[in-house]
Amino acid sequence: MMLDDTDRAILAALSRDATQTAAALGGRIGLSQPATWRRIKRLRDDGVLAGQRVSLNAQALGFGVTVFLGVKLATKGRVSLDDFERAVTAIPEVQLVEHVLGLYDYRLRVVARDLADFERVLRRRVMTLPGVGDVEANVLLSEERRPGPI
Amino acid sequence: MLDDIDRRLLRQLQAEPTLTAAELGARAGVSALKAARRLGRLQEQGILKGQHAVINWAALGYAVGVSLRITLDKTQTRAFDDFIDAARGIAEVTEIQTFLGRVDVRLSVIARDMAHYQNIYRDQILALPHMADIEALMTVATLHNDESLPL
Repeated sequence: MMLDDTDRAILAALSRDATQTAAALGGRIGLSQPATWRRIKRLRDDGVLAGQRVSLNAQALGFGVTVFLGVKLATKGRVSLDDFERAVTAIPEVQLVEHVLGLYDYRLRVVARDLADFERVLRRRVMTLPGVGDVEANVLLSEERRPGPI
Repeated sequence: MLDDIDRRLLRQLQAEPTLTAAELGARAGVSALKAARRLGRLQEQGILKGQHAVINWAALGYAVGVSLRITLDKTQTRAFDDFIDAARGIAEVTEIQTFLGRVDVRLSVIARDMAHYQNIYRDQILALPHMADIEALMTVATLHNDESLPL
């Protein structure tokens, strides 16, 4: 799908705040409410706007630690991939599962209350996953989302 | 402090962000008024920070996603600041994260195709300051990504 400058302005505004109404957003970019609404609907229908996400203060909710894990499978083959994927996506502390190509087979994002809690998740949940081999952990210190090429 | 009602509301909201306060209340077993009041308070406390649209870059023609794991030259005192400042200038960088561990910084980079990625990599990524080592993981598939907290 090709975007024009108005579409880009809408995407940028909604990635900052997805709760604003079409009227408020349109007012800010100089577009009528119906025209703004039509554009948002088209971006949705074309799959460019793929829903919205709630942003919570993880620290204030008691989740003080985020760790990224690089996981290598010890055994390969279709069956082991399926087993691993099914089991890993069922762990509540695992927020992201990416199948990757390179030094690791999977990249996981794990949240935990503190390092002791993370160790529990790692030992009881991750290290016991079917087919799991080498695991590398990196503790997240800071994170910044960028608007991307819009 | 958070109680069970707050947690139930946030859990429902994470699962379906577009629900109204009344709908969230119904699912969490409280009245619409109470749900709205609780959500308002969570917002004031900075616990509920807002909502962001999720852009599907693939639908905009960005088919390639790469995770670049970078080690910085820490003998340079401003290594992190200089590197992050410069990385912010690359439009195709969608995430900048810093770590404690074997990796110092990670960048998420998107590109239209491999030729486009190669251009970004050669002209912009390799021009970033204070890099000691760089390693790439290419995303084959994202199997799960909800960023929900297990409340």
